[in-house]
Amino acid sequence: MKRNRIPQFFIIVGAFLLLLAVVLMLDNVPGVPVMLLIVLRKGAIYALVAVSMNILNGFTGLFSLGQAGFMLLGAYTYAILTVPVENQALVYQRYPNGGIGFSVTESLGRVLGQPGLLLGVIICLILGGIVAGVFAYLIGLPVLRLKSDYLAIATLGFAEIIRAVVQYEKLGPITNGSNLLSNFTNFSNFHLGSLKLDTVMPFVFAGVCIWVITLIINSTYGRAFKAIRDDEVAAEAMGINLANHKRMSFIISSFFAGISGAMLAMYQASVQATIFKAAMTYEILLIVVLGGIGSISGSIIAAFLFVGSSEWWLRFLDNTTVLPNFNAKLLFAIIFAAIVVSIVFLVVYRQNKAQKSRPEAVGRGRKILSLKLSGVITLVVGTLLLLGDLRFLISPDLQVPLLRSGFRMVVFSIIVMIVVLFFSRGLMGDRELPDLFRTRHKRL
Amino acid sequence: MSDNVLKVENVTMQFGGVVAVDNVNLEVNAGEIVSLIGPNGAGKTTAFNVITGVYPPTNGVVYFEGKKIVENYPRGKMKKLYKTENNGAYTHAIEPTPDKITRMGVARTFQNIRLWSSQTVFENILIAKHCRVTAGLLSATFRMNKLEERRQREECDELLRILGLEGVRNELATSLPYGQQRRVEIARALATQPKLLLLDEPAAGMNPQETQELTAFISRIRTDFRLTVFIIEHHMALVMDISDRIYVLDFGKLIASGTPAKVQNDQRVVDAYLGVSEDA
Ligand SMILES: Nc1ncnc2c1ncn2[C@@H]1O[C@H](COP(=O)(O)OP(=O)(O)OP(=O)(O)O)[C@@H](O)[C@H]1O
Ligand SMILES: [Mg+2]
Repeated sequence: MKRNRIPQFFIIVGAFLLLLAVVLMLDNVPGVPVMLLIVLRKGAIYALVAVSMNILNGFTGLFSLGQAGFMLLGAYTYAILTVPVENQALVYQRYPNGGIGFSVTESLGRVLGQPGLLLGVIICLILGGIVAGVFAYLIGLPVLRLKSDYLAIATLGFAEIIRAVVQYEKLGPITNGSNLLSNFTNFSNFHLGSLKLDTVMPFVFAGVCIWVITLIINSTYGRAFKAIRDDEVAAEAMGINLANHKRMSFIISSFFAGISGAMLAMYQASVQATIFKAAMTYEILLIVVLGGIGSISGSIIAAFLFVGSSEWWLRFLDNTTVLPNFNAKLLFAIIFAAIVVSIVFLVVYRQNKAQKSRPEAVGRGRKILSLKLSGVITLVVGTLLLLGDLRFLISPDLQVPLLRSGFRMVVFSIIVMIVVLFFSRGLMGDRELPDLFRTRHKRL
Repeated sequence: MSDNVLKVENVTMQFGGVVAVDNVNLEVNAGEIVSLIGPNGAGKTTAFNVITGVYPPTNGVVYFEGKKIVENYPRGKMKKLYKTENNGAYTHAIEPTPDKITRMGVARTFQNIRLWSSQTVFENILIAKHCRVTAGLLSATFRMNKLEERRQREECDELLRILGLEGVRNELATSLPYGQQRRVEIARALATQPKLLLLDEPAAGMNPQETQELTAFISRIRTDFRLTVFIIEHHMALVMDISDRIYVLDFGKLIASGTPAKVQNDQRVVDAYLGVSEDA
């Protein structure tokens, strides 16, 4: 194991540098689809939030639903601290004398140039994390003593409240009320010579943060978190102070959520409280579940897949499309055949697997499977019927059925449901990417 | 003070109206192996839970190495519900959490094994060392605690060697056979560097051969680790073989105590317990 570790470290660092080089190239070569860049940028940020959520949900076994709230705190802290002084009048239009009257990035940038600007950004990102961490500490004080379910409720409530609070009129001179904060330092302010760094920077920041999180997870404290997750009573009996360690994990998780919120603000070049809704937390939770609860690399992969699908690959589902003179009946037949074949395949495959592992459980397994299948089918058919779009069967032109604004989310939900039903441990389970290349599997 | 490591004084543990431990007094001296026996539901595990801080007692005091570590008196709704003796004898409340008591030097195993299921044998033992870590979060994260970490890992490997578990070092702890899991649990408890070791039915589910090995094993770790051992056990062979002294609990009350020979011949004990267990 020890002999393995050093090369593995270099492989990971090397791969990361290579990745940065590729990303840098994509950023600067003409002709790269803008969508790809968007997915990469947002994906990197979402990867960090998802990993931060995984610290708590996957590695400590605590369930929190406040990620969007902590991201909001980070985003606002960052934005408020970095709006250049001359822009403050413009940004805080509705609040005369709004703004804090200085800008960390601007001041440092004036003295030290581009490195100063970068230093300012780093400081403000960390401050964003710290503000989120302080709030986590305060929430954790009463809540973490209770049973862990209360944390989910309290954080969900907190996220909703904080969103209302920053929009509070009286705080307007600082938070700009319900208006956008914009014009602050963002990724496009940075250049390396003539090279744009818009995509590289989120990768570097997210990469460093995730690296630190990995170090924490593999440190003695991370091991204590896992012990609490596995068996809290035993952890306490072995001298691990539950309240302290849970709080620690909660603060770390929120700290990095705050940083990623600030990064999201940078990426969007503007920030408004309304986007940090519970729906955002659910997206992140989804990424964590899809990637595998307790797998950092799973969260990262799932983050890119999720952002890719929701921003790009599944976009076409939202556009009404008409294919003229299309033989719709043939298409319908093909789709129908494909569905039937895949269902049959799934059933047979499952049955074989069950038979191999536990012959006596086949009957039960089949019953559960058919339950799940019928659930999925009902859902699909139900949506089809609900959307009442079978007209295409008679028209020569095919208005591709179902495709319309909002359908993307339906498909997305179905995909998620299938994953959760059939691959309930997510993409990676609790394994990490390097585990997949290891020959000996001690941990099942 | 005296050389008792553990002293339980007038401890009562009442769950609502149920008196699980009824005004119990007992002492365990340094270097002794003392057993706590009694029929099912007698309150043995509950007594352990009180000593280790899982439950604050309803009334009474626990001393560890002469120092008061736990104290309580009937309060709140217990004021009315309290059923037994020594009401009003105590007026303070000291309720440390279990982790604090463990760090003082009391470690335990569980009647129903509670190993960390996603961790290997080695990791289970290493995590138990966490309570002795001096490095803070930052220095642990950025690996500035390399020395401490290496020392702890060496200690864990040494423990594995002593307990004959080096062969299963990297196995998932919960994938092992029952007997070995119990051994890992003892190793894990030892990793916290206790002075007093509490074992809750360590031989449960073991065959006579394994039980005999365990008996020898417990005697050995007592000397090797200079431990005081307090055991709950049903296997009479083990208890009679290993114990310096025995306490017998029945319906929460201590009904007898003394050397194995004395307890074995105590009529009340035979009535309450031994007679039943002979054919069990
Ligand atoms: N948390 C609890 N709440 C309510 N009653 C409890 C609780 N824990 C234990 N009891 C009750 O206290 C009594 C003593 O239980 P305990 O587990 O201490 O027995 P034991 O001597 O360890 O028995 P066994 O040999 O079966 O392990 C039982 O009647 C049990 O139901
Ligand atoms: Mg018991």
